Amino acid sequence: MKIIVCVKQVPDAKDVRLDPKTNTLSREGVQSIINPYDRHALEEAVRLKEKHGGTVIVLTMGPPQAAEILRESVSCGADEAVLVSDRAFAGADTLATTYTLSQAIKKIGGADLILCGKQAIDGDTAQVGPGLAVRMDIPYVTCVRRIVEANDQTFVVERLMDDGYDEVEVALPALFTVVKEINEPRLPSLKGKMKAKKLAITTLTAADIDADTAQLGLKGSPTWVVRVFAPQLKGDRTMIEGTVQEQVNQLAEKLLEWC
Amino acid sequence: MLLIDIDACIGCGLCEANCAFDAIHVVDGIAEVNENCVLCGGCVDSCEAGALKIEGMDREEKDDLFSWTGIWVYAEYRHGRIAPVTHELLGVGRKLADQKRVPLSAVLLTDHAGDVPAQLISSGADKVYVVEDQALAQFTDEAYGNALEDLARQYKPEVILAGATAIGRSFIPRVATSLKTGLTADCTQLDIQPEDGALLQTRPAFGGNIMATIASSNTRPQMATVRPLVMKANAPDPARQGKIIHCTIAPARLASRVKVRNFVALEGDQVNLNEADIVVSGGRGLEGEKGFALITELAHQLDGAVAASRAAVDSGWVPYPHQVGQTGKTVSPKVYIACGISGAIQHLVGMQSSDTIVAINRDPHAPIFDVATYGVVGDVFEILPKLIEKIKQARSS
Repeated sequence: MKIIVCVKQVPDAKDVRLDPKTNTLSREGVQSIINPYDRHALEEAVRLKEKHGGTVIVLTMGPPQAAEILRESVSCGADEAVLVSDRAFAGADTLATTYTLSQAIKKIGGADLILCGKQAIDGDTAQVGPGLAVRMDIPYVTCVRRIVEANDQTFVVERLMDDGYDEVEVALPALFTVVKEINEPRLPSLKGKMKAKKLAITTLTAADIDADTAQLGLKGSPTWVVRVFAPQLKGDRTMIEGTVQEQVNQLAEKLLEWC
Repeated sequence: MLLIDIDACIGCGLCEANCAFDAIHVVDGIAEVNENCVLCGGCVDSCEAGALKIEGMDREEKDDLFSWTGIWVYAEYRHGRIAPVTHELLGVGRKLADQKRVPLSAVLLTDHAGDVPAQLISSGADKVYVVEDQALAQFTDEAYGNALEDLARQYKPEVILAGATAIGRSFIPRVATSLKTGLTADCTQLDIQPEDGALLQTRPAFGGNIMATIASSNTRPQMATVRPLVMKANAPDPARQGKIIHCTIAPARLASRVKVRNFVALEGDQVNLNEADIVVSGGRGLEGEKGFALITELAHQLDGAVAASRAAVDSGWVPYPHQVGQTGKTVSPKVYIACGISGAIQHLVGMQSSDTIVAINRDPHAPIFDVATYGVVGDVFEILPKLIEKIKQARSS
């Protein structure tokens, strides 16, 4: 089974803050990490490979430094890594991103299964997984919480819904986005780290993936940011003081007023 | 990339003041951009000297933009129930439609419509497009996506709104990709730009640490998913009149390569976390499954939903669908009661947009108090049982 895992390098949320004085995003000391959901996608791919055989390829679109997360992915069990990187991709929204990723996947011969995290924690759109499947013309299932059955042709998986979960069946090739409930990702192994160190990362440019430049980056993006601003700050905090019973009485009064 | 015309730049610093990313600075009287730039274009608009330009920003408009008209709302209907967000969308959709003087329509995809179209009309729809087909008995991305796409191509709405629910977030991206149009996820505010009638879509980014207003008005339809509980539904008016239009979709377009075999409902009579006005949430401070039962009990007394921090979920006290935060759900109820939750940023991003936040924690320095509207420093094991008792008494009398 050939499995492609799409990963994204994102800023670590605990470091991203808006400086209230200057109203700017403070990037000082911001670490880049693998998008947390993508770790679960990678782990599931490696588990499938261990059980059914095959290859796991990690793929990312990003600047050259995104190669770091590809190495980290290889140290956690991926076999090959592909970096799709070109200045022409800058400013891409999800529509341009899915075009770029689909062209890159076609270039490397497609896959039996494509796994993505449910969403990236910087944009939270959850649009790239479904959009990529549409571009590839393959079926997809979002928010997969468990793989129930798997063989070379068919998968049965559970997809998380708002009111419970659906058990669905789908023939390969297919794309899944996964939630964190699906597994507990492993830490890098020593062997994996050695492999990652020596890894030759394939880099694909816009020309390499035969891209129509009108569909790339800013040009290929129907959405654009009009304005960025700080969220409205909450009013002052009130501390409820007193003995436990006094605190409870005051709190209960407020809760009953709201409910 | 951002192009700076150094002959035109007067070094006034307006760009610097308007950049949310700390990406442009005036150095020796000339603006200089650094690698933080995300090409948002904020500085371009602020520059009074016309010295800034983003390469590739000169947008070409589709030539037939004006043939697309009207506001559409996808009416989510599953297992015999209209998702409450549908009424909220009709509430905001009504405002947008009145402002633009265009009709508001709902789209219903189902195997059995019953009186749902009438309910949608009483909530504000002028028209309801109904596709009633056995192939729509179960939600599948392909059948629902193709149906909505085909209707959009035929009737050409300028705006399509859907709830940012499991279903909306799954199949709406399919429709937007097929129509090669823009889609903004999880909006919390929608406005019409007076100059050109464009839909302005505001959403939180970076887990709510910043807000971004997005436009996509050079393509049609302009599409957005909207967070549940943010918009206000209109009171239903059964006297409202509307038109029901029955539509047929080609059977091949309703075929799905994904087959739904079985549905398993959430255990118990739990309130859907995304739709609850009151959410009671517990964390590490509850110390175990037994402690967590206090959360469930308080939620029950308040008719609210149960939520949890990652620590409580990872410890196995409560299943994953209840997790709020970066790798769980994002909620914005009227009241969020955080008990024994310290308030790591990964948790805060999932709940900080709640209207009112009550925090109960032993540690007066816990970061949860930074986002709280009301703070109670104390032991959850002392406070919660008394609070439950008090609410119980008050409600029974």
